[in-house]
Amino acid sequence: MTTLDSRIPEGSIDKKWSNFKSSQKLVNPANKRKLDIIVVGTGLAGASAAASLAEMGFKVKSFCYQDSPRRAHSIAAQGGINAAKNYPNDGDSIYRLFFDTVKGGDYRSREANVYRLAEVSNNIIDQCVAQGVPFAREYGGTLANRSFGGAQVSRTFYAKGQTGQQLLLGAYQAQSRQIKLGNIEMNSRMEMLNLVIIDGKARGIIARDVITGEIKRYSAHAVVLATGGYGNVFFLSTMAMGANVTAAWQSHKKGAAFGNPCYVQIHPTCIPVHGEFQSKLTLMSESLRNDGRIWVPKEKEDAEKIRKGEITAADLPEEKRDYYLERRYPAFGNLVPRDVASRAAKERCDAGYGVGPTGLAVFLDFEDAINRLGKDAIEAKYGNLFQMYEKIVDDNPYETPMMIYPAIHYAMGGLWVDYELQTTIPGLFAAGEANFSDHGANRLGASALMQGLADGYFVLPYTIQNYLSDEINTPRFSTDTQEFEEAEKETVGKLEKLFNIKGQKSVDTFHKKLGKIMWEYVGMARTKEGLNKAIDLIKEVREDFYKDLRIPGEMNDLNPELQKAVRLADFLELGELMARDALHREESCGGHFREEYQTKEGEALRNDTDFTYVAGWFFKGEDSDPEVVKEPLNFEAIELKQRNYK
Amino acid sequence: MELYLKIWRQKNATEKGRFIDYTLQDVSPDSSFLEMLDILNEMLIVKGEEPVVFDHDCREGICGSCGMYINGRPHGPDELISACQLHMRKFSDGETIVIEPWRARAFPVIKDLMVDRTAFDEIIQESGYISVNTGNAPDANAIPVKKESADLSMDAAACIGCGACVAACKNASAMLFVSAKISHLALLPQGKVEAKERANAIVAKMDALGFGNCTNTGACEAECPKGIKLTNISRLNREYYKSILAG
Repeated sequence: MTTLDSRIPEGSIDKKWSNFKSSQKLVNPANKRKLDIIVVGTGLAGASAAASLAEMGFKVKSFCYQDSPRRAHSIAAQGGINAAKNYPNDGDSIYRLFFDTVKGGDYRSREANVYRLAEVSNNIIDQCVAQGVPFAREYGGTLANRSFGGAQVSRTFYAKGQTGQQLLLGAYQAQSRQIKLGNIEMNSRMEMLNLVIIDGKARGIIARDVITGEIKRYSAHAVVLATGGYGNVFFLSTMAMGANVTAAWQSHKKGAAFGNPCYVQIHPTCIPVHGEFQSKLTLMSESLRNDGRIWVPKEKEDAEKIRKGEITAADLPEEKRDYYLERRYPAFGNLVPRDVASRAAKERCDAGYGVGPTGLAVFLDFEDAINRLGKDAIEAKYGNLFQMYEKIVDDNPYETPMMIYPAIHYAMGGLWVDYELQTTIPGLFAAGEANFSDHGANRLGASALMQGLADGYFVLPYTIQNYLSDEINTPRFSTDTQEFEEAEKETVGKLEKLFNIKGQKSVDTFHKKLGKIMWEYVGMARTKEGLNKAIDLIKEVREDFYKDLRIPGEMNDLNPELQKAVRLADFLELGELMARDALHREESCGGHFREEYQTKEGEALRNDTDFTYVAGWFFKGEDSDPEVVKEPLNFEAIELKQRNYK
Repeated sequence: MELYLKIWRQKNATEKGRFIDYTLQDVSPDSSFLEMLDILNEMLIVKGEEPVVFDHDCREGICGSCGMYINGRPHGPDELISACQLHMRKFSDGETIVIEPWRARAFPVIKDLMVDRTAFDEIIQESGYISVNTGNAPDANAIPVKKESADLSMDAAACIGCGACVAACKNASAMLFVSAKISHLALLPQGKVEAKERANAIVAKMDALGFGNCTNTGACEAECPKGIKLTNISRLNREYYKSILAG
């Protein structure tokens, strides 16, 4: 029987990582030069891993589908990055960051991984400052902090509302330095479409040159996937338009287990949907919840008048407003975790209290903060976010409250990895959002940047050596082997199949259909009935896709529609697996909310007896159901509890 | 809204391009500019024609992928935005919109509105960084940085590398882009160690890549979606002269 061995090191929770490092196998400098590593993706995890591995002496081949590695979607992260520095002297510690992250993840993450994440968080801040990341500072010259959801301390470091951009540019610059030194071969506009396995080990990839359409082969001693999350399965999300699951999904079909695919995060503060031709959703940083207060009208009649445009938010006096988060969760108020805030917004809107033309929006109001701190202070903190809102919505948030609604934002699920970030395929590693590891069923704000950089700078460069030390006698090898030949043939076959359908409908037509099914049945609230329906509906869309898709242009040329079609083909399979995973998990936890399993107050009700495990799904062929294998989660350092933010 | 589009179509880098006219009906003023192009492309695909190719990714104004000349201005008729954040409410019903790629020797056209901006990556690879390896860093608060310097550094670092400054410049100069990186790093104590070598190398690289000279017209500043200031160019010049005078 297949099992999932998490390979967690021995010792107490605070000793595991140092125990691992002191006993792991290393590769000496002369041998590092002889070893090639492919890193796919150039976001925080990919760029930091590529740079660090190259600095150590490995030869790195780096890939991204964008025109430049600097454009990966980590760049869009706004609010900040967590670390346990305790600079504000408010009682923070490694243990507390660890505890908050496990609790925030609704006790569905692996303790040992999360502790390591908290442990290296401080090194990340040091590293980034040394690289020249211009974090916000106090007048005395020290670093500034702010607070984020799910925490009662201020541990978030930030660079205006562009923290992701600045951290990514730091990693990109480190990577650029290694490109100049010849230690990284950079392949931009090169999209990975297949994984090559030789004798059971990941040995290379098949990629398509986006500009020429040429299919290329690349070999290496190990392959790292840092390819981000799969939020675009919902069509509308806060992800970049090109973000996709193809590298991870193709690896899954080659034997890599997919962990907890149903755990996706719905971010509470996004700009609401405006119409049918909308292409993506824009996030308003969670940091806004530090100063903004969320509310809807207390009376349904008032909500209706606002929807019709008869009155505005300003017409409603304090006593007619329902600050529902402050009411339901007095201890954390507007700073409850994202899953809790999102569900609470949906609950109010479903009950008929929503605002905006569609009724699917709630207010995020800065009036109190502006009165308390002054407009200038608010502008200094959130100026670029307010400007972004105004450009998109054509409304001035300094004067009228913002309108927001939840949207798909992040995938906690991803390729299953062990403690060493290795997937179930030897030699294939996954880092950052592409893996499932650290956030359990819900990620806390400012933890994605932390995890991406932890994996890339401080975890993977160590753990990968434990694997590569056994590869030092494997010489660099050619791609003229049968395995590469077959993988390439498989990929070309797939492209030809899609290209030759020559139907009537565009890729987006099918993608929007899939997105609607996912949002309706595999979104914020799920039921057994709905999930079964979703599985059937997705199959229908998939069948129609392979009958009626139209891709114009040439196959062996720059062809954005072909790129989109390849990605959608994989989303159409992933969507079904997400529904299956959500169906099998008969409990509510974090971002996964099954309506059948809730407390009297409408909070998520976990079932620790039966579901304290990671679900690792294995692909069993196109015509067979996937198999789920369970990795039990053992909580030794933290006691399992029902989450309480009241 | 009804719109008349004149879009530059060019099959590849070697073939000649030309403007093609398209008419679009029922465009919502709340759509973004790129969503308007999506509508056009959807129409073209259904008709069996090739859609208009353009770079885009995050669609929230931060990745720097999108960039096109819209009615004679990089990123179109609005301030402090990239094309993806431009909304159709900035145009009037029945308006003709002319859409072209960036035009600069260092940014050759790949297809339609898509250009090759690898030259920007090459500039950063030359010396746009602080040479520090992972794992060598002292405590983040060990070196205090004046808030004013950190803020100025951040303002310069906000550059998204879209290329609008080059496209706006009559000489296709990359001075604003380069000066933003030089300023970002030179304003911080960590970046001062290599400041001279950095300025020297980066200016030589910029020239070698075929970017033009700066004549201080300020067109770059006026069109920069992130509001990068001309004062950064003065700082670059100071850093460059320092590097030359110091030999």
